Order: sequence, then C-alpha cells, then structure tokens
Amino acid sequence: MTREAAEKIRAIIVDDEELARQVLREFLGSHPEIELVAECANGFEAVKAAAESKPDLIFLDVQMPKLDGFEVLELIGSDAVVVFVTAYDSYAIHAFEVHAVDYLLKPFSSDRFDAALARAKDRLGSKMPPAAELAAAARPPAQYLDRIPVRDGTRVFIIPVAKLDYAEAQDDYVALCSEGKKHLKQQTISGLEASLDPARFLRIHRSYIVNLERVARVEPYGKDTHVAVLTGGAQLPVSRAGYARLRSFLDK
Amino acid sequence: MRPTFAGSGGLLAFWVLFAGLLAYLLAGPGGLTWTEALAVSVPLCIVYHFVCLSAFYSCRATPIERAGWIRLTFTHLTAALVASAIWILVAKILGEVLSSFSRFRGLDARLPKSYPLIFGLGILLYLLRVASYYVRFSIEASQQAREREMKASVLAREAELRALKAQVNPHFLFNSLNSISALTSSDAPKAREMCILLADFLRRTLGLGEKASIPLEEELSLIRSFLAVEKIRFGARLRMEEEIDKNALDVSVPPLLLQPLVENAVAHGIANLIEGGSIRLEARCENGALSIAVENRFDPEAPPKRKSGVGLANVRQRLEARYGHLASFRVNRSGEVFRVALEFPAEREARTS
Repeated sequence: MTREAAEKIRAIIVDDEELARQVLREFLGSHPEIELVAECANGFEAVKAAAESKPDLIFLDVQMPKLDGFEVLELIGSDAVVVFVTAYDSYAIHAFEVHAVDYLLKPFSSDRFDAALARAKDRLGSKMPPAAELAAAARPPAQYLDRIPVRDGTRVFIIPVAKLDYAEAQDDYVALCSEGKKHLKQQTISGLEASLDPARFLRIHRSYIVNLERVARVEPYGKDTHVAVLTGGAQLPVSRAGYARLRSFLDK
Repeated sequence: MRPTFAGSGGLLAFWVLFAGLLAYLLAGPGGLTWTEALAVSVPLCIVYHFVCLSAFYSCRATPIERAGWIRLTFTHLTAALVASAIWILVAKILGEVLSSFSRFRGLDARLPKSYPLIFGLGILLYLLRVASYYVRFSIEASQQAREREMKASVLAREAELRALKAQVNPHFLFNSLNSISALTSSDAPKAREMCILLADFLRRTLGLGEKASIPLEEELSLIRSFLAVEKIRFGARLRMEEEIDKNALDVSVPPLLLQPLVENAVAHGIANLIEGGSIRLEARCENGALSIAVENRFDPEAPPKRKSGVGLANVRQRLEARYGHLASFRVNRSGEVFRVALEFPAEREARTS
C-alpha cells in the first residue's frame, strides 16, 4: 500500500475560474491513482507550484491573468505532461494538433477527460515539445512577441521586448540583456529570432540578436568583421552576413 | 454609351468660333466676299460636326490602352483622310448649289482655291475629335472605377455590421456552458438558473439583430443579462456599478452598441485581474446629446491578448456610419483604468404603446 502511494501521479490544475477548476477536480476524483497536489488560479501561482511540488501532470488553461498557458509552459520546462484546457481558440488548437499535445475543449465530458488522462499517463516521463515552438505555432499570423517571461527559481520576470537590448546565445540558453541585467532563458537563439518582429530585431551574428533601436553605430573590426556599438556602450560582434543584413536595413 | 450631345454648350461654342475662323480664312487668303465665306463655312461646320461624331465608333473600336501605336495611327489617320475627303466633296457640292443663286455667281470657280486649306483643317479637326473622345473615355472609366470602389466598400461595411450584430462571442458561450457543466453536480438549481440567464441573453441578442435602434433601457437590460451570466462565471471577481440618468433611458441607440464594450471590459479587464474589479457604466443626456462611458480596471502587464470578440474598432465604425461627425468615440488608458466614452445625438422614438 505504501508502495502504491509512493507511485501516485502528482497533478496540478491551473485555471482562473473556480467553476472550471471544480469540473477538473470532480473528474479527477474518480481516479485514485492521481494525487491533486495544487490548484492555481493564475500563471504566477502555476509557475511557483510547478517549481515547488514537481508535478507529473498539469491541466493548464490557456487564457489566464498574469501569464497565459504558453508562457507558463515555457517557464516550467518540459518535464511534466501538460493537457491544455481551453474554451475556444482556433490557433491554439491548431498548434496542439501539429505538436501532438493533448487538449480538452470546454465543456468536456468525463469520458473525454478519462481518454485525455489515459493518454497522458502513457506519456509520463516523455518530454513535451519545446514550449517556445508550441507558443509560436499558436500565435495568430503576423503577430510577434511583445514580452518575454523569464524565471529565476520561483520568481517570474516579464521583459517587454521594447526594453530588450540584445540577446546572446549561451549553449542551450539565451541571455536576454535588458536595462543592464542579464536573464537566462532556456531557448535557442533561432527560436527567439523567429518570434521577434524582424522590423525591430536583427540577427547580426550566429550568437547575437540586437534591438535595432539600440544600435548607435557600426565600426569596422579586423579584416572582414564589424562591431555594433549600442547606446548603452555594449559592443557586439557583427558577422559578414549580419553586416549585410544590417546595411540593407539601415539603407531603407 | 453612345455619341451624345452631352457637354454640347462647349461644343457649340467651339463650332461657332471655328465657323468664324473658317469664314475669315476663306475671305482673306481664299478671296471670297464675307457673305460668300459665311454661307460656305456655316453649313460646312454643321455637316462636319456630324461627320466627326463617327470618330466615337473608331475610338471605341481601338481602345488606346490596348491598341498599339501603329494601329492607332493607321486607323485614325485613314479615318481622318476619309472624313476630310467627304468634307471636300460636300464643299464642292455646296459651292455648285450656291452658284445657282445670282448672289453667289462664280463661287464654284473661286472656292477650289481653298480646298487644300479645308482639307488640312478637316484632318486636324477630326484628330482633335479623336483626342477629345479618348479623354472622355478615360474620365468615364475612372469615374466608374471610383463608383465601383465606393459600392464595394459600402457593401463590405454592411456585411461587417451584419456579422457584428449576429455575433455572440464563442469564448463567452463555451465558458458559460463549462460553468453550467460544473454546477450540474455541485449546485443543480444554480446550473438551471444559469441556463435560463444564458438563454435569456441569447434570445434577446437574436431578436435585436433586425432592429435599427432600441431604447437605451433595452440595451441596458441586455447588458445586465449578459453580466448576470458572467457574474456566475467570475463570482466575486466581477462587480458592477451604474450611474444612469433617468432621462437617458428612452433615447434610441443602435442595438448591441454597448454590449461589446462591456464584453471587452470583462474579457480584457476583469478576466486578467486576479482579484477582479468593477465595471462602471455611465449614461447622461444633456443638450440633445447622449454620453455613455464604460470604465474598468485592467492589468497593463496582462498576457498578450489572443484573438477575441468584436473589438472597439467595430463599435467606432458603427457609430461613424450612423452619425458621421456628430458622434465621438474616445478611448482612454490611464494607469490601470480603461475608459471608453461615446457621445452621439439623442434621438427619441415616438412612443407607440
């Protein structure tokens, strides 16, 4: 018995509406192998609960105060299996289907819930697709990020893209430099580049994306390369291809 | 389109002047007396006016934007030569006929001296006429294009308004159904109450679609039934304040003009606030104008909004389409307060009951 208790699947529910949480709680009630370890009413609570109680399974609403479902997923990493819950969002549903992520459409029956739960249990231990890719696929066409959430432990910071000076690739992470501080985020620099407005941000180097408003001047450096000097004083290397892109942008 | 006498005032003036010029040329270098010159030039001009009308058909058969320069030149030059030759023939006949009168004796012998002049002028006149038709065609074409464009934009706007009126935000609908689903097991009477509130709201929305305007009182009652549904969904997070002048209640307003504003206040304001907030609705009628304001708190750092209902732009467009510059629409964000204020002429329908 103790052994079984130890193997219980830990789940959290994230939805800002009490009645919506109530349905999930009720349907979970008939599955004794699941232990409900937390209920969260907004994105901040969800990130905190995910860091503290290390759930195996998350039922996650898409539209919520503070952070939406995609931003929550980005911040908690991809170790837990996530079942998205939404009322109506054609772009999000398309993204879930493309990335084979399970989702529940409100209102849903207990049969549909059981099916989603069974599928989720099969996948326990396997990784979710990268959250940034999922979020990018769910974004309505011609819409770019206007803020980037980052996490430090259980704390969440929101960086408006207007305050992002530049981003630097560091192995599996990107360092986001904003107002003199660096925030690390687990994402590829190409993924970040794709979600930023190309009229405002430019990839000037394999490892650097720069906010064009911050570029004070570009100086030659060595034989083939240049450096971009930002208004804050930072100097970023500019590759040959990056210099061509920068030139064609500045000529416009 | 046929050759018409439209703009005939200008054309008549042109021909009178030209007849004068022709008479002057015939009398001067041509050596005719003034009476003879006028007797020849006036009938000639009348005839040539009709000959030149034929240019209409050759112009239409060779559209300037599609026919090449070679074809254009060839067609119109040939036509001009033929037209002018006919003119000379007419002049010759006219000269002979006139000579039979004692007054114009010998005219048929003196007129041929002016044939080259008449022939040259004939070609010139014909080509002028060709040019004027082409100008007219292009003006008409651009007018038609403008009219088509205007018609299309009017149609598009009408379609948009129809869609707007019929629209119940699916997000609202599905979330409400989900709340009912939750209540069925925990609080059945409340579930039934919510079903009835939702049905009430939907029925009113459907009924209003066809009406051009309704009393403000009816729109307010629709908003209250919308908020009654949302109140069950959001619980204590959603609060409501009203400040409505009694004399504003019977003012006519376009149906479903304010409901989208309140829906926005819930979806973009209250729904993003953890502790919720209140929606404040004001209506005042002063100096023949109705002022309405919807105010709510919002989180300036809320997650980026995913595509949602009808939006403010549509309400603004409807106001503009109906009242033109007499209506005003202002959106104001200050700190955490979002306020939309409308003002438009207060029209009242005569009470039929």
